[in-house]
Amino acid sequence: MIDKQTLEGYWRETRKNMIIILVIWFVAAYVTAFFGSSLNKIVIGGFPLAYYMGAQGAITIFVILNFYNSWYQNKLDQKYGVAEE
Amino acid sequence: MTMDSWTRKLARIYGFYTIGFVVTVIVLWILEIAGLDPKYIGYTYLFGTIALYATIGIISRTQVVSEYYVAGRKVPAVFNGMATASDWMSAASFISMAGALYLQGYNGLAFIMGWTGGYVLLAVLVAPFLRKFGQYTIPDFLDARYGGKLPRTIGILSAIIVSTAYLIAQVTGVGIITSRFLGLEFNVGVFVGLAGILVCSFLGGMRAVTWTQVAQYIILIIAYMIPVIAISYKQTGVPIPQLMYGQALQTIEKRKAELKDDPKEIEVREIYKKRAEDLKQKIAGLPDSWSAGKAELEQKLNSLAADDPERANVEKALKEYPKSPEEAKEKWTAQMKSSESASKPPISYVQTPTDAKGLANFLILTFILMVGTAGLPHILMRFYTTPTVKEARSSAAWALFFIFLLYFTAPAYAAFARSEILTNIVGLAYTNLPAWATKWATVGLIKITDINGDGIIQFAEISIQADAVVLSTPEIAGLPYVIAGLIAAGGLAAALSTADGLLITISNAISHDLYYKMINPNVTPAFRVKLGKSLLLVVALIGAYIATFKLAIIVELVGWAFSLAAATFFPAVVFGIWDKRMNKAGAVSGMFVGLGLTLFYLIGSRFYGLDWFGIKTISSGFFGLIGNVVVSLVVSRLTPPPDEKLQEFVDHLRYPKGAIGAGSEE
Repeated sequence: MIDKQTLEGYWRETRKNMIIILVIWFVAAYVTAFFGSSLNKIVIGGFPLAYYMGAQGAITIFVILNFYNSWYQNKLDQKYGVAEE
Repeated sequence: MTMDSWTRKLARIYGFYTIGFVVTVIVLWILEIAGLDPKYIGYTYLFGTIALYATIGIISRTQVVSEYYVAGRKVPAVFNGMATASDWMSAASFISMAGALYLQGYNGLAFIMGWTGGYVLLAVLVAPFLRKFGQYTIPDFLDARYGGKLPRTIGILSAIIVSTAYLIAQVTGVGIITSRFLGLEFNVGVFVGLAGILVCSFLGGMRAVTWTQVAQYIILIIAYMIPVIAISYKQTGVPIPQLMYGQALQTIEKRKAELKDDPKEIEVREIYKKRAEDLKQKIAGLPDSWSAGKAELEQKLNSLAADDPERANVEKALKEYPKSPEEAKEKWTAQMKSSESASKPPISYVQTPTDAKGLANFLILTFILMVGTAGLPHILMRFYTTPTVKEARSSAAWALFFIFLLYFTAPAYAAFARSEILTNIVGLAYTNLPAWATKWATVGLIKITDINGDGIIQFAEISIQADAVVLSTPEIAGLPYVIAGLIAAGGLAAALSTADGLLITISNAISHDLYYKMINPNVTPAFRVKLGKSLLLVVALIGAYIATFKLAIIVELVGWAFSLAAATFFPAVVFGIWDKRMNKAGAVSGMFVGLGLTLFYLIGSRFYGLDWFGIKTISSGFFGLIGNVVVSLVVSRLTPPPDEKLQEFVDHLRYPKGAIGAGSEE
């Protein structure tokens, strides 16, 4: 059994990590779409920016977020000694 | 065997398998050059891949409960990622998604973002905690967390509704693929596909499904990549479509501007405009216009001599004529809408929605697809199969990575196809129509008709079904049949793998959640597995039987599944982990409201013209989701908090260390 204090600390950091990730997730998908008509004026390599974000940019960020989450949470498990044996 | 050597062994097996598959394709290619009839290449792909899946299914056969339900919980993260990816990517992702992008431009991107963004929610909010909980199904979780049979029952009900809608669409997809590529009758194709589905899941349950899904992923990703790499090479000289389609986007926008003021294009658009107006009048004149149209055809038929060749045409028109004024209204409205949209100049391919309503619908659809993805029971279930919590996290990341490989490429498919049509087909004389256009025209996927009679193809005269984009790309790029057949094998793999995951979810909901947990808990493990297998068979047969009716609504049902999953499961599962104060009353009332409200808006807006803030039917889950969240929070705060034992249970869920006590009993 893990004591209450350790668990609270662990959960606080887990929740902070969750919020950070979901904020980035929200910006990547929704904020870029919302400001799409201005972003599309920027064209890189033939790609209008808002279109690119919707087609490839956001999903690339999603993949990175998931790997980051996995890495960060595993580290957190070690820090609080709650990892699986 | 240690985990590492097990993972290495799997990597070796699937490595050899991949090489074997590539070699087979090359051998078929050589045989094609040597003059083998393409028909046999098609058969080799179909029966070869199904035989392969059957072999894996037989090798993985099992009677053990934990093997049958959760593949023994020893699927390493990378492989569970691959299995989840092919479980997830259905015929719709494989065949229709690029086409939706082709047709809708920016608006189609809601599917790209929506169907991937859900995995972030899944990885962060749900997957590792579900693995820590570690039983077999989602209703198991609802029962344990909220206590009592009621949460489980709603869970079972929602799981069955959501998964059945989705399953029928997959079986239909299998029928379409087999009939289109092998010339089988649609109904025969459905049952051949059914055999393909059952050989994977019947003998080995989740264990067999997992290992075939990995094999299916490898086939589908190879099949998806080759044609688009070839077309990228053809159009740009660089075989990296994902980076090069920017050029295609520029061509599309340039041609769009040119076509806007082209007098011939305007002429065609005017004809469509007139057609739309005529239809509008006919609809307004119902039911008289319906009987008048029918009488006119009948009179024409009677006036023709028995040997007049025109007779056949009139007979056909009469046969296709709406059977009732109601059918006429539905049919003519659809025709009117398509004529109306053809009468407008092409919109920008990259422009985001300009009006508030369009933008709101885009954002909400993306959101509902994401939340729905993270709430689909057949996907959630996959995270029970990893050995540890750590592996569950990493598996969610790998799953998204493997999905990403295909989704990252789909926009390139769409853009290359569109620029090909705009530059090489528009302006061509009808007599020079390329062979692929004629071929896909015969099955109704592409329609090119000389509306204004000038003998030249205008853009407005081309009508393309979403499925045609991926299916015809190999031929557009001038690739041999061996590649076109590969696309069929890939589409089949996508549809079969998803169907298997769904089938097992439905049969588990009945055999495990309903029978074992609620009706007869004293049943032996061996009998549970037997019951699961029998149900698998029954559900599959029912699914195939419904698919043979080819109901038009089926394609839409998949979209409904997302709305329902988003409005029922997602909040209950997430609150269960993240909100300790959430109790049975809150979760149950929330799920009821979510399910009810979503169904109400789905049916109301689809059939009875209900309209709240202009939100489209496919996004109905938005209202249900909000309703669920609000009601859950309010009701749970007005009723007593969950007891100490449940609070402790939630604490246990939140960190990886130690078993929760469940999931190791067998």
